[in-house]
Amino acid sequence: MNKGRKKPITVEPYLYILPSLLLFILFVFYPFAKTIWLSLNVTNNNGGVISFAGIDNYKATLTSSTFWFAMSVTVRYALMVVVGSILMGLICGIVANEMFRGRGIVRTVYAMPMAISSACIAVIITFILHPTIGILNKVLGTQYRWLRDIKLALPSISVVTIWMNIGMNYIFTIAALQNVDISLYEAGAIEGTNFFQKHWYITMPAISPTLFFLLIINVINSFQSYAQIRLMTQGGPGKFTTNIVYLIYRETFENMRYSSGATMSVLLFIVLFILTSIQFKAEKAVTY
Amino acid sequence: MTGRKNIVAGIVAFLIALAILFPLLYCLSASFMTEKEIYATRVLPSGLGLANYQKALQQAPLFKFILNSLIVSVSCVVLQLFTGSLAGYAFGCLEFKGKNALFKIFLATMMIPGNAIIISNYLTIIDFSLIDTHWAMILPYMTSAFCVFNMRQAYKSLPVELHEAAVIDGASSFQYLMNVGAPLTLPSLGAVGIQTFLSVWNQYLWPMLVTSKTSLRTVQIGIGMLNNSDAMAYGVIMAGTVVVMIPLVIVFIIGQKTLITGLTAGAVKG
Repeated sequence: MNKGRKKPITVEPYLYILPSLLLFILFVFYPFAKTIWLSLNVTNNNGGVISFAGIDNYKATLTSSTFWFAMSVTVRYALMVVVGSILMGLICGIVANEMFRGRGIVRTVYAMPMAISSACIAVIITFILHPTIGILNKVLGTQYRWLRDIKLALPSISVVTIWMNIGMNYIFTIAALQNVDISLYEAGAIEGTNFFQKHWYITMPAISPTLFFLLIINVINSFQSYAQIRLMTQGGPGKFTTNIVYLIYRETFENMRYSSGATMSVLLFIVLFILTSIQFKAEKAVTY
Repeated sequence: MTGRKNIVAGIVAFLIALAILFPLLYCLSASFMTEKEIYATRVLPSGLGLANYQKALQQAPLFKFILNSLIVSVSCVVLQLFTGSLAGYAFGCLEFKGKNALFKIFLATMMIPGNAIIISNYLTIIDFSLIDTHWAMILPYMTSAFCVFNMRQAYKSLPVELHEAAVIDGASSFQYLMNVGAPLTLPSLGAVGIQTFLSVWNQYLWPMLVTSKTSLRTVQIGIGMLNNSDAMAYGVIMAGTVVVMIPLVIVFIIGQKTLITGLTAGAVKG
């Protein structure tokens, strides 16, 4: 803790905080307020306010099937991505925590996806999934149109996102694993636990705070995916991969309906806020 | 863990590693393939010709894209570390009225998702007439709660005596910050810096919105342009992708230790 001596009150501390504070005001709090304001108004093609609309935009958005469809896409995608990412991070972490030759290389490879941008991996996977010249169809002996099939497109993008998330999930998982008290495992060994019992009954509870942290981060990130969707499917086929951020982009910058985009932005914030709060509550109730 | 080498775990570990690496290795492999080989869906190229790389560099100014990304990312890193160190030092080492409230205000910014305010920030950048400038991409990312928070932790962990000694010696706070604080918080600066670099380098939507000139595009948008230019030229697209991936893979391999220890230190210890 900071038990510093009493200092005469000066302006100095405020001067140090000022640059960040001004930037936060200008690029976080002001735009946040402005987004709410735009959502309560009718706007023109340049995002200018024409007249006050009250909650009309919210009524329109919340009764629009497009919005709800995008929400369902977002949620289904988030479920696949969050479960897949945490699971992959966990598997990689547990495996890389064992002793074997070449562990250093393996650990670098597991963290590597952190360094690959969504645009790059999206372009590579699009090539791998190509219906006629893609290697996946060749290996499987199939002719799926992965990114043009209403059932396969969203899972395909999810796999790309899971791949991107492996690095971050892995490094947090393994850091937590290395902090687990070894005596717990020794006690478990005396009891005669097998591999799965050991990890289910000892590892999982011990690293649950980290898993909760990863849950929150993964949910927030997966709700905001954009680049991979833009590059792989442009939201298609139809609207089957148009998530909420992609819809916000379309409404605002293609249809020039700023107030509609702003309304959805506020709703996105509310949804994420509620989800994060629930997770924090759940964490307090569950962790040891 | 036991000291015994676990052969099964080793085999599983390498198989997973191979699966993770597969897209990257296949991209590298395809970047050397001729058009015919691409159409035949080969696994490996017949030779290591650089024709695709030449074409990729002709079709799109990849080095210009990389330069733009470097300008933006490095500026954001330097500026964030500076603003973050200033605020982190104030929150970590100094006492002042409203400190806790201000810190909470800073942390609150983490609750506002970037994509939820992107419309208004776009309008702000238009108001400032900064569309099609590097500044448009840098300005909103000159500070972050993540950076301030981590630098505060770093300054809190410095011995209080150091600060007192410096003040007795007549050093101003700013001198302390620059001469004592900066070198001692280097591990945190490194970890936060690399994390910031990766995240800014990988941005897509924001740079796409605020630039329209090809000469200002960053690599992520540039790769997208390559992707659209000629649908069937996947050899060339893969070559371009390899070129833009290399700088970041290098940064990552050099900085991975710093990044990993720095990132996880706070999260795991709680």
